[in-house]
Amino acid sequence: MSRIEREPILKVEDISVYFKNGKKTVHAVNHVSFDIFKGETFSLVGESGSGKTTIGRAIVRLNQIQTGRIIFQNEVISGKISRTLHSKVVRKVQMIFQDPMASLNERAKVNYIISEGLINSREYKNQQELDDRVHHALLDVGLLPEFASRFPHEFSGGQRQRIGIARALIMKPDFIVADEPISALDVSIRAQVLNLLNKFKRERGLSYLFIAHDLSVVRFISDRIAVIYAGKIVELADAERLFQKPLHPYTKNLLSAAPVPDPRLAKSKVVTIYDPTQHDYSKEKPTFSEIEPGHFVYGNVAELEKYSKEL
Amino acid sequence: MAKETILSVKDLEIEFNLRGKTLQPIRKISLDLYKGETLAIAGESGSGKSVFTKSFIGMLDSNGTIKGGEIIFEGKDLTKFKKEKEWLQIRGKKIAMVFQDPMTSLNPLKRIGEQIREVIIEHKVVPKEQAKQRVIQLLSEVGIPDAESRYSDFPHQFSGGMRQRVVIAIAVACQPDILICDEPTTALDVTIQSQIIELVKKIQKELKITVIYITHDLGVVAEVADRVAIMYAGQIVEIGTAEEVFFDPRHPYTWALLSSLPQFGEKGGELFAIEGVPPNLFKKIVGDAFAPRNRYALEVDFLAEPPYFPVSETHKAKTWLLDPRAPKISPPDVIRRIKERDYWQSDGGAV
Repeated sequence: MSRIEREPILKVEDISVYFKNGKKTVHAVNHVSFDIFKGETFSLVGESGSGKTTIGRAIVRLNQIQTGRIIFQNEVISGKISRTLHSKVVRKVQMIFQDPMASLNERAKVNYIISEGLINSREYKNQQELDDRVHHALLDVGLLPEFASRFPHEFSGGQRQRIGIARALIMKPDFIVADEPISALDVSIRAQVLNLLNKFKRERGLSYLFIAHDLSVVRFISDRIAVIYAGKIVELADAERLFQKPLHPYTKNLLSAAPVPDPRLAKSKVVTIYDPTQHDYSKEKPTFSEIEPGHFVYGNVAELEKYSKEL
Repeated sequence: MAKETILSVKDLEIEFNLRGKTLQPIRKISLDLYKGETLAIAGESGSGKSVFTKSFIGMLDSNGTIKGGEIIFEGKDLTKFKKEKEWLQIRGKKIAMVFQDPMTSLNPLKRIGEQIREVIIEHKVVPKEQAKQRVIQLLSEVGIPDAESRYSDFPHQFSGGMRQRVVIAIAVACQPDILICDEPTTALDVTIQSQIIELVKKIQKELKITVIYITHDLGVVAEVADRVAIMYAGQIVEIGTAEEVFFDPRHPYTWALLSSLPQFGEKGGELFAIEGVPPNLFKKIVGDAFAPRNRYALEVDFLAEPPYFPVSETHKAKTWLLDPRAPKISPPDVIRRIKERDYWQSDGGAV
């Protein structure tokens, strides 16, 4: 797929999210912009507190943004929007949460958990259709339809995460925000969930915003990766390119810290330390610039020059 | 190098009593731990890795009992200990443990300096008057900047990584012989994780202690381990040096674990996924516990439990595939690629 043909499904333009805590204001997300193309898995990587989840929540309208705007399928979906558009966003943009142990209603049966979105948006004709769709959603994620009458506590972590995915899929979304969907899962089960996400991308042309802190997983699943540090995207590139040529010191730090399952390499690995004070932005303001096609880095003129020499 | 055994487990069996039903999380494990080594125990949740090591310090939950076997440490059989007093001579002093979640393993109402001092005074490491000095020294040894002023801070004033450093300081306060780290970095960020791993390595070198690392992350295993034990359903199914287990694994479960790593996956392709769920440990397991999920399972796997087959002096695996009568089955392609370093993350990131 060439770059020109790709059509963005979601555009995040210069958004900021501030949280007020007493007199202090926390700049959780600070003027962030990116596009996500149709059928693409776009990953946001960063440590806890970097603002990656806040961006995901802003997209599904759980967090208000203070600056900028979010455009989904050519419509602005941030700020005050009409009721019909809001309900469209609620249907078309779904979220998968991190902890399957905490994100399912313990007192509801699986069929209610999965169909709740449909019921709330009255997106069905009769009970028969509702049951059918739950049946299919369960089959889609590799669970048995008879599980519909069970409670969440009867399932393992991996199964619960699939229930979470079924709940998102039943709304026939175009876009899914997957917030660390596998970090709470066991190694052997992670593969199942990753395969499932990839399958729906292939079969239904779904697009994902995949939020994670573990780069090894991200490399496998993403088309493009954005690295976020303290509420700012510091680097954005095609997944392979980012791994081959990381430019920003923070990206290098993250890559060097990622565990390598190879005892020869792992024991000789050198972890670089990122020191945010190394940037001197007092004289020159940094910009987020395209240093090679599709590869963006955050830095001032001198830094960008240095980065382009590294290419 | 002559290996000196510091702790020796023989045929350990542990049972839990849950509402009248018995569950057997540890099914006859034998293990020799060598002085000064780092042994990593890997396996999925529920495989019994935490329960196994908790039995070394008498910290099984109250419904758990040791049904058989022995744990020999310094000439004593720890399974024979009855009184808490006996355990206090071992726990914390000789064998210390670092738990997964630094958010919950510290007392939120006590200043962190006091929490470490408590341990030092309890075990009479140094005279009382010097205790505070020793605490400050420990704090700076585990990399807490400005240790003197942080002595009287509360746990909530520390970040997750810093808290885990405090927990490690408590664990090594008595200069134990064995340090058990139970998923010490699972709750932490990758960048912090690598710092904690480095810290444990540094402490191990300085204090010349033996470390047991419990983790489900094979990336961490590769980084820290001299030897690796793979656990499944309450047994060690394969054990060997790190290189042997990563480059020449023999048990199908080890194959499956390694193949399911996204680092070895092919982009856009399917990642190998282990089907099914671990066995129900309430029921008696017949044959090889992994057989129902094993695509290479032989008929005999469902009938009889395999013994250990030695692969080398340091490497053995509990699978019938190693029996001379078994058909020759070659491991999945991924395993060969790991050895030849022919997988797509072969550049190891960029540094």
